Amino acid sequence: MKILVCVKQVPGSNNVEVDPVTGVLKRSGIPSKINPYDLYGIETALSLAERFGGTVDSLTMGPPQAKAVIQETVCMGVRKGTVLTDRKFAGADVLATAYTLSQGIAKCGDYDLIICGKQTTDGDTAQVGAEVAEYLGLPNVSNVLSVDDLRDGRLYLTASLDEKVVSLSVSLPCLISMDGDINTPRLPSYKIRKTLTDDSCAFLTFADFADQNPDHYGLSGSATQVERIFPPEKVSQKHSIEGDAETQAQALYQLLLDKKML
Amino acid sequence: MYNKVCAADIAALQAIVGQADVLTGEAINPDYAHDELGGISRMPEVLVRVHTTEEVSAVMKLAYDRSIPVTVRGSGTGLVGAAVPIHGGILLETTRMNKILALDSNNLTVTVQPGVLLMELAAFAEENDFLYPPDPGEKSATIGGNISTNAGGMRAVKYGVTRDYVRALTVVLPNGEIQTFGAAVAKNSSGYSLKDLIIGSEGTLAIICEAVLKLVPLPKVSISLLVPFPDMKTAIEAVPHIIRSKVTPTAIEYMSRDTILFSESYLGKRFPDTKNDAYILLTFDGNTDAQVEQDMSTVAELCLSIGALDAYIVDTEERKKSVWSARGAFLEAIKASTTEMDECDVVVPGNQVDTFIKFTHELAAEFNVRIPSFGHAGDGNLHVYICRDELNDEDWERTLNAIFDRMYEKSVELGGLVSGEHGIGYAKKEFLKRQYGETPIALMQGIKQVFDPKCILNPGKVCF
Repeated sequence: MKILVCVKQVPGSNNVEVDPVTGVLKRSGIPSKINPYDLYGIETALSLAERFGGTVDSLTMGPPQAKAVIQETVCMGVRKGTVLTDRKFAGADVLATAYTLSQGIAKCGDYDLIICGKQTTDGDTAQVGAEVAEYLGLPNVSNVLSVDDLRDGRLYLTASLDEKVVSLSVSLPCLISMDGDINTPRLPSYKIRKTLTDDSCAFLTFADFADQNPDHYGLSGSATQVERIFPPEKVSQKHSIEGDAETQAQALYQLLLDKKML
Repeated sequence: MYNKVCAADIAALQAIVGQADVLTGEAINPDYAHDELGGISRMPEVLVRVHTTEEVSAVMKLAYDRSIPVTVRGSGTGLVGAAVPIHGGILLETTRMNKILALDSNNLTVTVQPGVLLMELAAFAEENDFLYPPDPGEKSATIGGNISTNAGGMRAVKYGVTRDYVRALTVVLPNGEIQTFGAAVAKNSSGYSLKDLIIGSEGTLAIICEAVLKLVPLPKVSISLLVPFPDMKTAIEAVPHIIRSKVTPTAIEYMSRDTILFSESYLGKRFPDTKNDAYILLTFDGNTDAQVEQDMSTVAELCLSIGALDAYIVDTEERKKSVWSARGAFLEAIKASTTEMDECDVVVPGNQVDTFIKFTHELAAEFNVRIPSFGHAGDGNLHVYICRDELNDEDWERTLNAIFDRMYEKSVELGGLVSGEHGIGYAKKEFLKRQYGETPIALMQGIKQVFDPKCILNPGKVCF
């Protein structure tokens, strides 16, 4: 089975400041990392390849320095990866990103299974995976909790539908988006990192794609525009509940009920 | 020798701290009879929750006048029975004295009340771009408890232990007098260090009511390495090589596959790697990526050259959490894997860790019991747990005593000490006496008598 995992380079900290004037994230000087949700996808892919045989490649879109996240996937056990990079891709929204990825995937080869993370920690839209599947004409399952089996060209999955968990099967090739916190991703290996060569990461640009209309990419290919980015308001309160265990438990229950947490 | 708490005492205590914070009889939760390990148990006659230094002083004046024993308790996370009121009397709980009073950015100190939890202090320091380096595994312990046991923790290899971060202590003496020992200064050659006598005295000399603690600037970069080895012998033998490399990791922890599996089952969370029998977990910190990367690479190369199978990089918050949360749960995980357990917290010279661990394996085979262990390979402080599993009362008692005798003998033979960080309390008194002999114990008893002539503060602990 040929598996491709899509990953994204995101800021290494959740406390990225927003420039109050431009509304743009202050990324300079901030360390970056693989989007944590994508790690669950990588772990799923590598486990599947170990269990059923096959190869795992990775793909990202971003500036040339996104090579770092591709190399990190290789350190985790991925065979090789590709960075889609071009100035024409800059400023892409969800739609343009998904289209660019679909063009890149088509160029990279025929994959039986494409795995995405549920969402990114810097965009949080949780839409790219499904849109890539749409562009590629593949069946798509989101919020996948586990891949349980592979039989007769079909993948047997467990997926979350908020209040329900469903078991379903889907024919290959397909795209699945993994839910968060479903496994413990393996750690990158120092031993592999020592042996990394340039062959482990390829670059594709606009010129490599089948669709050569620049209006389908980046800012001009985007259906939406970001008007403003602002950090969510943080409210921190400390509330002490006094009394014996029963009184405290009752008060806590009432509090959670009032806050609509139960 | 001691008076029982009477109705007049209760009324007096209620007048001091308020009616709601004086509990007696069934109103006292049975958990107050024991600490985290649970083997030593006795209910107090009265539980008093204090809020201020002045209240502590007033309670002690009453106890002193009436010759009532007083035992101080923080979160109750101790492991040697130090906070168990073995003579009944008053159990004085400090968890309501839980305010962080001041941050002094000019002198790099923070002033706290004793009931502040370690995790609260750690988070507060970090929010202000500082680090409070002592890092014991039990994050819900109070700072008062940490100071009372001179807790060490995982960063001791580079940063030292709690004692190294205590600048001053405001305490209440057994007669109720309030005193401050030490000051918010970096150097101090002013007579005997009374502050240092209080640190590690396990609530037997005075009651800590306020502490001025030293902070250090928060290192900007921190990376851990999880290094798998084919067996524990090769893993432990790597540690002296790492120390000789002159790279100073903040932590060097060893862990066996068995312990990791207990932790997985306890937390319901998988560890990132369980394919190998033994692991060393190291952390490196510093202010630049380049420096930390250099340190990490030096140690990774060294480990690979002496038998490590790989070196896994733990570089993001998520990865650190997946590894360190398992490490933090080892004690609870081992506890959950058996019916009852007791622990040995010996500290041996760093180059003897391997010998001691091998010895515990021999004991496990000889006595046919499980003796899992984990600990601070970098500073020689080991946490060894003897599991009861299916043994009956008689066999458990006999086996435990025999194993403890042998382990403490071995630690002395290797140049070690009874406790690295958990303290002596009630449970390890005999082993301390056996190791130190008459004169050091007599000196300790003399100190105790000067501080507490009526022996009302945490009687029956440490050296008596």
